Amino acid sequence: MFSDYTSAELLSIFAMQGFAGLILFSVFVLMALGLAIIFGQMGVINMAHGEFMILGAYVTYLISNLFATYLPSLFGIYFFIAMIISFVAAGALGALVEWSFIRFLYQRPLDTLLATWGLSLILQQVYRSVFGAREVGVTLPDWLMGSIPLTETIELPINGMFVMGLTLTIAVAVYLLMYKSRWGCQVRAVVQNRPMAAAVGINTARIDRITFALGCGIAGVAGSAFTMIGSTGPTAGQLYIVDTFLVVVFGGAASLLGTIASAFTISQAQSTMEFFLSGSMAKVLTLLTVVIILMIRPQGLFAMKVRK
Amino acid sequence: MTMQLKVNQRRLAFVHKLSRRWLAKAGLAVCAGWILGASAEVNTTGLAVTDKEVTVGILHSVTGTMAISETGSVQAEKLAIKQINAAGGVLGRQIKFIQEDGASDWPTFAEKSKKLLVNDKVAAVFGCWTSASRKAVLPIFEQYNGMLYYPTFYEGLEQSPNVIYTGQEATQQILAGIDWVVKEKGAKTFYLLGSDYIWPRTSNKIARKHIEKLGLKVVGEEYYPLGHTQFNSVINKIKLTKPDVIYAIVVGGSNVAFYKQLKAAGISLPKEKPLLLTISVTEDEILGIGGENMEGAYAAMKYFQSLDNPNNKAFVEAFKAEYGNNIVIGDVTQAAYLGPWLWKAAVEKAGSFDIDKVRAASPDIELTTAPEGYVKIHPNHHLWSKTRIGHALKDGQYKVVHETAELMEPDPFPKGYQ
Amino acid sequence: MSLNTRSLKTSMHSIKTVFPKGDLFYLAVLALFLGVLLPMTLDIFRLNMVGKYLTYAFVAVGLVLCWGYGGILSLGQGVFFGLGGYCMAMFLKLESSDPESTKIQSTPGIPDFMDWNQITELPWFWEPFYSLPFTIIAIIAVPTIFAYIIAVAMFKRRVGGVYFAIITQAIASILTILIIGQQGYTGGVNGITDLRTLLGWDIRTDSAKYVLYYVNFVCLMACLLIAQFVRKSKLGRLLVAMRGREDRVRFSGYDVSSFKIFVFCLGAAFSAIGGAMFTLQVGFMSPSFVGIVPSIEMVIFCAVGGRLSIFGAVYGALLVNWAKTTFSESFPELWLFAMGALFIGVVMAFPSGLAGIYKSHVEPFILRSWQKLKQAKPQPPEPPTSVPEKAPPPKTTPQNAAQPHPIVLTGSISPVGK
Repeated sequence: MFSDYTSAELLSIFAMQGFAGLILFSVFVLMALGLAIIFGQMGVINMAHGEFMILGAYVTYLISNLFATYLPSLFGIYFFIAMIISFVAAGALGALVEWSFIRFLYQRPLDTLLATWGLSLILQQVYRSVFGAREVGVTLPDWLMGSIPLTETIELPINGMFVMGLTLTIAVAVYLLMYKSRWGCQVRAVVQNRPMAAAVGINTARIDRITFALGCGIAGVAGSAFTMIGSTGPTAGQLYIVDTFLVVVFGGAASLLGTIASAFTISQAQSTMEFFLSGSMAKVLTLLTVVIILMIRPQGLFAMKVRK
Repeated sequence: MTMQLKVNQRRLAFVHKLSRRWLAKAGLAVCAGWILGASAEVNTTGLAVTDKEVTVGILHSVTGTMAISETGSVQAEKLAIKQINAAGGVLGRQIKFIQEDGASDWPTFAEKSKKLLVNDKVAAVFGCWTSASRKAVLPIFEQYNGMLYYPTFYEGLEQSPNVIYTGQEATQQILAGIDWVVKEKGAKTFYLLGSDYIWPRTSNKIARKHIEKLGLKVVGEEYYPLGHTQFNSVINKIKLTKPDVIYAIVVGGSNVAFYKQLKAAGISLPKEKPLLLTISVTEDEILGIGGENMEGAYAAMKYFQSLDNPNNKAFVEAFKAEYGNNIVIGDVTQAAYLGPWLWKAAVEKAGSFDIDKVRAASPDIELTTAPEGYVKIHPNHHLWSKTRIGHALKDGQYKVVHETAELMEPDPFPKGYQ
Repeated sequence: MSLNTRSLKTSMHSIKTVFPKGDLFYLAVLALFLGVLLPMTLDIFRLNMVGKYLTYAFVAVGLVLCWGYGGILSLGQGVFFGLGGYCMAMFLKLESSDPESTKIQSTPGIPDFMDWNQITELPWFWEPFYSLPFTIIAIIAVPTIFAYIIAVAMFKRRVGGVYFAIITQAIASILTILIIGQQGYTGGVNGITDLRTLLGWDIRTDSAKYVLYYVNFVCLMACLLIAQFVRKSKLGRLLVAMRGREDRVRFSGYDVSSFKIFVFCLGAAFSAIGGAMFTLQVGFMSPSFVGIVPSIEMVIFCAVGGRLSIFGAVYGALLVNWAKTTFSESFPELWLFAMGALFIGVVMAFPSGLAGIYKSHVEPFILRSWQKLKQAKPQPPEPPTSVPEKAPPPKTTPQNAAQPHPIVLTGSISPVGK
């Protein structure tokens, strides 16, 4: 298939394709980080993760409309404000959900799956009742649209670079929070041994709530960022849920580094296969490979070594 | 009468074997039928028609993933019914509708259509949106002899005596569009892209045949699963193959992702290098995609909200008065609006609500008041209609840049394109 | 029922171990309810709907064994339901695509959707489905073998709990994409539709619907008997022990994975029978039953009924589906709220579902009032109704059904392991 093209063209295409893979990687990391915290650290299977993302997207939509109506001069920067508010809104909802029922279910992970699935149905209907069944379009500030031409044939999409930057920022922030802060230390203590953590004076209930809220908040930010590349509708969250879970599980649930590594592997595999095969088959093959590898290595890429 | 009688007899015979209680029930049903039908020679088959009213069904998804698309059709059908009632109804009877929710679930569609036909005995059903839902209800309409007015443009390959297809079938939409880009824009190479299911695949098949017949070239053909949101790879392939035209039949949430990413990747649609021609994006979809992302694309359809004729002006005005000023009207919404009017015309021509008579009267029914202009029912139950090319503007509307001179003949089983 | 009485005669002893008196009573009540009461009171339209709901009960019963007893939550039961359904649909489709009725196609004698996709020859894997015996074997065998492959790969490597749930979910998603993508072989998103006859017998008539309802009913009863047998056998007790403390069972010398594989395959076989009956009663099969959403809905049928009660699962499937139909008929907007609340409510407040409520509230109440009644009137008039009275609650609840059963991650000892 390459015989018709000059080497310069091929080079630029491979560069572009690599970049496409990196964007997909950032998208996966962004989707999966929140879930990795909630599922990996707390063992809660949050099936409503996609709906928390969509909450962030709808918040962004509302904020963009507010700015367009009342503060058109500041429209260029609304996106940052929208992301912060998305984080707060999704985090607050997360804390509420944790308080109202997740906290009773920590011993029953499969039941959290059912309960959060119920929550996702309710949230979908809320979105539909409030925002209507149709998808809403979020208008982006001009500087976020378009691309930077590097050479004649290589062009870098600005929103893709924005997503990459955002992913990097959030990943670093989560890393610092989990591994360098006192709070992160407490979280890890609770994950490893709850009774012992409680015995040394850690307020485990509070830690749980904040951890859950943080995971949901990151989902909100991810949703906000996805308005740049995807659709915003009541049921759009369901599109993400399988991919997200596979990324987290494939990485080894308890390891944040594993999540990032797995997002990288899956995204590169998928974008390479998409280039050589048809879109549907690429998707099937990617999922299939992940499932087969998981069957061979059920603990995922990076497993925490624990004595059972 | 014969049909209904047969059903009743069979039911009675069977019921008798099993339980007396049912016998009483069946008897009641027969009585009810007699009372309803007593004074109505216009209704010899026990449909839900009284001296004052006639009942029809509306069957769309109000919940579930398809609710996004089907809302407009429900609104249009209700508006048409309201207007017909205000103008005196059908054969002097007011139309009453029973609305059922298909819930984006095909067996539910089948179940509800059976309820409408068997329990409610509706005189016609306006509904369905996806091909899958139509395929699910089709055997039921054929078994119980109902009449379905189906509004969506679709892949063709079907012609049922129990369905009137008020949207375009694939060839009507595709041929005119491709001819136009070839003639007006000098297109030579095409990249075909679609969501992975029957409508885009069948349509692209027809498109490919037509392109090859014209001696031109298809440089790529790609399908992505429904709901797919990452199109960077295919956009790179498009950049590599440099087609003159991207022929896109992407649907649903994927649509939004595709156009946003296309724009971000530096393919500017207004530059028309390559030009983008779609048959799947109506004004409804642009709401989600965003006018600024769609600006400069072309669409081939039979109706655009901006169509400049008195019928359409009145229609758009009435629609906005009913559902608010911000509402947009897409191709399917207009086709759904035609349903009740076509049915009214057929009933009045037949002088009866009987399904068989309405069917017999349907071919060559004309509608001069249609918002899209003049339409006529072909004996194959599809509509003769013109195809237009719209140029997407930033405000989410299409500007009509071309209109076929003649009505396009519907051809659900196109010879040479299969 | 006939099965039941026959086995009664042959071995009174074994029947007592398989059916503690309470269970026999519940089975009889269920059989009366489904086999006599519902057909007597509902018209054929509603009865057909009940028949459709009952096909989901097969899945729910399988889930009780897998999830309630084995602790294996599968979110991919729709895969097996779909495979069984597709096997049945392939047979029926071939029968309705005889050369005579498909003579307008370019290749007569193959299913219509293949013809639309330019397939000119029946694919090899369709060929055997001309034979009904093969089809019946395939309905059970294909999903079971598929389940076996998945289960061996997973359980031999001790993948369990959450991981298993997520992987089965991914499999459901893969299969959906495959079926939709390979539309030439599978009918794509529309599914396999327009199924008419089974060996020349029209399955769409009312009388056929009655017959199919009863076939469905008998199959369900047979599955319940098998499930009951498994539940009361040593295997059932081992499953419960494994769910509580898998390591201890393994240390006692049992091969834990084989039991899990067996019960998962059994659940898959039940689902497949349900799928085949679904196809027969509804008249089509489509990929919308294979995906993630229907698979999770099937879990809720089981959870509502009570994850430890095979009879409860049947009532759960009936109740949830009936509620779905009723709600979506009258308040479509509220349906998702109700469904969501149901999920949360069942998990939070009634982890043992309907069966748990019955055990903890209804049964003691009945017993108490019965005791009072007996004190008032020393001689009970009807001997058969004394069955529940003879069975004191502790005996009929060996699994202690009123308590929640944590599927333990961290390893505290479950109350059932004793």
